[in-house]
This record gives sequence, C-alpha cells and structure tokens, in this order.
Amino acid sequence: MEITLTHYLVLSTVLFAIGLIGVMRRKNLLMLFFATEILLNSVNIALVAISHFYGDFTGQMFAFFIIAIAASEVAVGLGLLVLWFKRYNTIDLDNMTSMKG
Amino acid sequence: MEMYLYIALFAPLVGSLTAGLFGAQKKTMFTGLFASGMLFASFVSSLLLLIQVIQGNTYHVEMMTWIATGDLYVPFGFVVNQVTVTMMMVVTTVSTVVHVYSIGYMDHDKAFNRFFAYLSAFVFSMMVLVMSDNLLGLFIGWEGVGVCSWLLIGFWYHKESATWAANEAFIMNRIADLAMLVGIFIIYWNLGTLQYDGIFAVIGGLDHTITVTAAAFLFVGAMGKSAQFPLHTWLADAMEGPTPVSALIHAATMVTAGVYLVVRMNPMYDIVPEVGIVIASLGAFVAMFAASMALVNRDMKRIIAYSTLSQLGYMFVAAGLGAYWVALFHLMAHAFFKALLFLGAGNVMHAMSDELDPFKMGGLKKTMKGTWIMMTLASVALAGIFPFAGFFSKDLILEVAFVEHHYILYTVLLVTAGLTAFYSFRLAALIFHGEERYKLFGFHPHEAYKYMLVAMSPLLVLAIIAGFLFKGTYFEMVTQMLPSLEYHVHNHLVYWIMTIGTQVFVIAAIVYAYKKYDDAKIDKKVEEGFFYQLLFNQYYIPKIYDEVFAKPYAELSKMMWKVDNTVVDATVDGIANVFYGTAKNTHTMQDGNLSSMLKWMVIGLVALLVSAAVFIGVVTNADAIMKLLGH
Amino acid sequence: MFEAAAFYLFAFLTIAMFWITVTTKHALYALTALAAGMIFISAFFFILDADFMGVVQLIVYSGAVMALYAFGMMFYDTTRELHEKQGNNTLVFVLSGLSALIVVAMVAAPLVGGNVEAHYPIVEGVGNSQAIGMVLFTKYLVPFEVAAVMLLVAMIAGIVMAGKKMDESYSELSEDEIDTKNAGGVA
Repeated sequence: MEITLTHYLVLSTVLFAIGLIGVMRRKNLLMLFFATEILLNSVNIALVAISHFYGDFTGQMFAFFIIAIAASEVAVGLGLLVLWFKRYNTIDLDNMTSMKG
Repeated sequence: MEMYLYIALFAPLVGSLTAGLFGAQKKTMFTGLFASGMLFASFVSSLLLLIQVIQGNTYHVEMMTWIATGDLYVPFGFVVNQVTVTMMMVVTTVSTVVHVYSIGYMDHDKAFNRFFAYLSAFVFSMMVLVMSDNLLGLFIGWEGVGVCSWLLIGFWYHKESATWAANEAFIMNRIADLAMLVGIFIIYWNLGTLQYDGIFAVIGGLDHTITVTAAAFLFVGAMGKSAQFPLHTWLADAMEGPTPVSALIHAATMVTAGVYLVVRMNPMYDIVPEVGIVIASLGAFVAMFAASMALVNRDMKRIIAYSTLSQLGYMFVAAGLGAYWVALFHLMAHAFFKALLFLGAGNVMHAMSDELDPFKMGGLKKTMKGTWIMMTLASVALAGIFPFAGFFSKDLILEVAFVEHHYILYTVLLVTAGLTAFYSFRLAALIFHGEERYKLFGFHPHEAYKYMLVAMSPLLVLAIIAGFLFKGTYFEMVTQMLPSLEYHVHNHLVYWIMTIGTQVFVIAAIVYAYKKYDDAKIDKKVEEGFFYQLLFNQYYIPKIYDEVFAKPYAELSKMMWKVDNTVVDATVDGIANVFYGTAKNTHTMQDGNLSSMLKWMVIGLVALLVSAAVFIGVVTNADAIMKLLGH
Repeated sequence: MFEAAAFYLFAFLTIAMFWITVTTKHALYALTALAAGMIFISAFFFILDADFMGVVQLIVYSGAVMALYAFGMMFYDTTRELHEKQGNNTLVFVLSGLSALIVVAMVAAPLVGGNVEAHYPIVEGVGNSQAIGMVLFTKYLVPFEVAAVMLLVAMIAGIVMAGKKMDESYSELSEDEIDTKNAGGVA
C-alpha cells in the first residue's frame, strides 16, 4: 500500500495528541519535560515528511533547528529544575503555585 | 409686593428647616421661638397682601418653570387673589397661634424640635396648596400636607395606636388622591393646560359628560382630604396626635383643603349643578351622621373631631349649592372657634394628665377659669348664637338651603344645628360644671401657662367678632372673584321666623344639655340600648372596613410575599449565582497550578481548532451552504 | 512494500513507547521509553531519505538530551512509584482526542493544494548530507550562527545555575545586607 503524506501527518497528529495527554496529566516537572519532548518530535516527523513529499529542503532545515533549540531548552530547563529542587526539595507541580493570580 | 408673597410662602419653610437641624437634639427654646417668629412674619405678609387685595390688586408670579415637555407646561407659579388671601389669613393666623401655644404644650416633650420642624413644614405645604396657580402645584401641596399630617399624627411613634392612626389617615388620603389624579388627568387630557386661568377660559366649551366626570373625580379627592363619608374614619382616629396638631390640621387647615378645592374650581362646578347637588346631599348627610356620633362619645377630642366633621359637611352643602363665598366664610369662622376649642381641650388634657373621658372630670371651672371661659364662648360660637361668628356663617348656610328650595337639606341642617349645640354643651357641662369627679381619680389639675392663654386669645376675639365685623368687607372683597349670589329670603316674616326659631331651638338644646349633664348621671338602660351602642361604635363602620377591606388585603399581601420570595428572589439570586458559579469554575485559570494552566491552554487550543475547522469548512463549501439557505 | 511494512512497524512502536512515557507510574520506565521512542523516530527519518536528520536525531536527541534527562533523574528514588494526584482524566482524554480528530480531519481532507512551489528544491544527484550542507551554509547561514550562539548561552546558563550557592537568596535579603555581602565577599 502506498504510504502518502497523509499517513505521516496522521501519525504526527496521533503523537501530538499523546504529547498533549502527557502535558495535561503529568504532575511531576520532569515527566512534564518528557511530554514536551514528545510534542517536539511529532512536529519534526511532520516537517520532514512534508519536505520529502514536496521536494523542499525547508522542512528538514526547520526540523534541524527545532532539534537544536530543543536541546538548549532541555539544558536550561533542567538547570532551573535543579535549582528549584535544591530550594524546595520537591518538584511536584501542585506545590509550585507562586505564580498564583 | 411680590416680596411679601415669597415671604409668606417660604418663611414657614425656613422655620421648618432650621428646626429640623436640631431635630435629633433635646429641646432648645430657640427652635420654638424661631419657628413661631417665622410664622408671624408669614402672618404679617399675608396681612399686608390682604390689605392690597381688598383694594382690588391681585398678584401672579411665576417663580420658575417646573415641567416643560411636549405640550405640558407647568410652572412653579403662585397667585394671590381674593380666595387665596382669605385662606392665607386663616392658615397663618391659626398657625401662629398654634405655634406659640405649642411652645407651652410640648414643654416637657423630648422631641420638641422635631415637632416644630414638622409643624412648620405642614404650614409651608398648606401655603403651597392655597397659593398655587395650577392644579399640579395644588396637588404637590396636597401631598405635602398629607405627609406632614402623617408625620404629626404619628408623632409619638412608639405608641402603636398613633402609628396605626397615622397610616390609616395617609392611606385613606391616598385612595382619594388616586381619584383626584384621575380628575387632573381628565382635565389635562381634554384641555391641555393645568393653570386655573387656562382651565376656566375653556371649560365652558367642554363636553358636559367629561366635565361631570372631572368634577366628580376631583370631588372624590376632596372627600378624602375633608373626611366625608365613607372616607371619614381617619379623622376621629387622628386625635392620637398632639392636641396642637389636631387644632391646626384637623380643624382649621388640612381638612378644609377639600372645600378650598371646590371653591377654587367653582367655574367648573357651576357648569355641573348635578354634581353640586350630590356634594350638598353628601355634606348634609355627613353633618347629621357625625353629629349623631358625637352625642354619646366619651372621648373629649373625638367629640370635637366629630364636630369638625359635621361642620365640614355644612361647608360642602354651601359649596355644592353654588354659594361658594358662604362656604369660604364658614371655613374661616369655623377655623377660629374650632381651633380655640381644641386648644382649650389641650389645656384640659394637660391639667388632667392626658385623660380624655369627660365623665372623669367635672367642676373644672373652679381651677381653670381662663380655659372655661374660652371653651364656653367657643362652643357658643359653634352653636351659632347671635352675635358670634358662627351665627353669621352657619345660619347663612341654612338660608342658602332654604332659598334654593332644598327643604330636605334645610331640615337636616337645622336638626344638626340643634344636635351640635347639644353635644358641644354636653361636653362643656361634663368638663367644667357639676361636682368634681376628678378628685375620685386622683388628678390635680392646674391652669395652663399664662402665655398659652394669651396666645389663644386672638382666636377668641376673632371667634366673637369675625361675624359682624368682617362680613361686609369680606363679601365685597371675595365677590370680585366668586359669584356673588345674595341669599335673602324675600319674605321678611319668613326670614325673622326662621332666624328667631333657629336661635330658640339652639338655646333650648343648650339648656337641655346643661340640665341633663350637670350631674353626669349615666343611665345604664340607655347605654345598653341599640341606638346608643350603634352610635358609640361609630355605626360599626371601622369594624366593617377592617373586616371587608383590611383583613382580606392583609391575606393577599401575605400570599404575594410568598410569591415574591419564591419567584422574584429566586430569579435575582439565580442571576447572582450564575456569576458566582462561573467564577468558581473558572478561577482555576489563575490559581498558579501549572498543570491546570496547561489544561486550560489545551482547552483554548481545541477551541481554536474547532473554530478553524468550522471556518475552513464554511469557506470551502460556501456555495453549497448558500444553496441550502435558499439564495 | 518494504516501505509500508517499515512505516507501520515503526509507527506502532513509536506510539507504544510514547504511550508508556505518558502513562507509566515508574519514572525510570518513562525515561527508557522516551529514549526508545526517539530512536524509532530516527528510523522514520531514514525512511524519508533524510539521512542527515536521522543521524542528528540519534546523536542529539537520544544521545545528549537523554543523557541530560538521565542526570535529571538523580532527584528520585527511582524504585519508588510516582504518586500523582490526578485531576479529571476524562477531560484530558476528551480534549486530546478531540484535537487529534479535528487535525486529522483537516489533514486527511482532500483539499491540499496541488501546486506547491518548493523554495529550496532538492538537488538531485548528491547525497542528502551534501545537499543539506549546500543549503545550510548558504541560505540558512544566519540562523545557523544564531543557533550556535544560543547553544553557547544555554551552556553558560546551565553551568552558572548548577554551580550556584543556594543557602542565601538575593531576593530575600535587603539592600544593605547585599552590599555588605558584596563588600565583605570581594574585600
């Protein structure tokens, strides 16, 4: 059976939905980061698939930069997580309500 | 000269507001003196205006525009003409006397300042009522005196009977005011103006039925204010207020506002003599009705109140028969001696520590000489003995009835005259003559303050001389405005028989009263008799009103309160609860919890996706959708 | 034929791995599943002839990023289960399902335009890496350099934050105390 662009886009959508579930369900900051990674990866798949099926490099370039940015985001995010943990000794989201109001 | 108009009108208001400033404080002599002083200024201004009006000058000022919308133009306008100035003199004279009297009467009352505030406010409203040059201004004054009457009757508000009486008075007046408003509406609707001159200029051209309707409705309004049957029960109950209030409001001024209205609108009532007959008949009926109830009553002030009611009936007979100047003359004379009677009763009450039953008094002429003289002379004037004021006014009304060939009215009024003399002197005999029954009850009466008696004396003088001294001048003055119908019984013999006969009849009634009540024996058999019970309970009319009107209405109100609770309150609370519930459910947007905020973000994302999908769907299938909608 | 089989195989595996990541109660399993998912995604890139991307995914994501997360896992007793107070599960699944449904509908609808002009067309005849290099260092040079700077900044930030002394917090000290601390510290 022919694999068309639509297949890849559907796959990407499903993965994105899974990522959304993770984002909404997880109450642990680290687990939340995992779910964010899933979101980013699903988008990458979509971009590269579109790039392949339309013969355009733009998609792959975009995915490349997304990977770069995701990596730096993880670095900074984990740094902040370490700081928070050192201060409050917990990374449970329900305890992080200092942005209230 | 206009300055005096404004002084006469607004001086009482100034007095009232000044006294009102001290309303919550304990008694300060200043308020009493200031209010009386302002009233005196008003009196002097009215006097000056009277002199001018006798010479034929009238004054009409428009202070400022009040309502100017569409076709309706109503200004704050005031007019001083013959009728007005008569009323002004009556009001200011009696008011000044009552104010000075009240300084003594309310001497020991905690709410002294409040009393003067209300009293002067009442006088101001009454002045607005009589000096207004349009029906709407009159209505403002009408309502104002109603409110002040309510405030003053319920002056001792912690007494439940007083507040009940005040409410009864106000509500009954309100019912009549509805009719009056309808009358005013009819006049405006058909004539387009509410100014007196405007109305009188075009009233002749109006369709007869409409004029009758308007006149009838206005009279119903007058019935409420002047306590004609069936809206009369409030007047007797209004005696709950302090005696100066009864003297001023329920003898001389407010209750005469109804008569004033009929007199003022005389061009209209001239066109509809059928309404006039009804007015006169009702007046005669009330005169007899009230006099009968006063015959057996055991409450001093109530007897005098019924007497007022009776005399109001006389005034309406005169006004109904077209003798407007006679009605106004009787209004004036009656104000003087009735106010005097009330003030004397006030003295007696003070002496007897607020006791009202004359059977518990007796022989007070020994201790209260001044009051005795004043009340007896006032009663003589009331009975209509020559040459006191009452003779000239009351007998004139009898003459009017006779000359106009209304013999039934004449007979009723004649009998009532006899009854009036009887119960007035019954009261005087019981209080002042006979043995001193009060000693059994432990009262220690003393005469009132000297200055109170001095204040009452102008009224006494006026009650004596107002008849033969003023009638000529008054007639000449007032007939410049009112129709001057002279009533003379053409046959001299008949005239003298009538007059002398009336006098003999009245004097006989007086003597009979004295003889019967000099020893104050109460006949037990008569007391249990049917007629006595009927009269004593005011023909059971208050009971009827209570059963037929008050109780069902209270039940209806209770039911509607339940409806209000379940429907209206639920709706309002429901609206509030919608907001509250929404807030409770959406405040998680801002609670700082990252997880819930992420959920909200996804909700927003889904909303955007849905709207995007709908939009794209609509845009791509626009033609199909338009075809579906039928374009 | 092979392509279809590979696609479906890897699709199934990826979805399964990511599902485990979001729903498991063991933190360690989540980490492992995430790493596995990353690797399977790189398989997709290889199927799509994006060799360079596939390799970059393997190296950066499943290599570096996962290593970072593994260090982040230090903060757990990984034998314990995660106890997470769950909110409304139904809402979560409904929302995700709805969004997925809509997007799939949008994507699967036969409306995508036919003539899409390629901005940077694929160069035939050269390998993927070479082609990407030709585009990256000419047309995308500026974003490339900016990304490099950004990575540098992130690295410095990470070092500074991790090496921070946490006993005192500047935001909770007053002005004077900060001054004395600085003066005392420096001098």
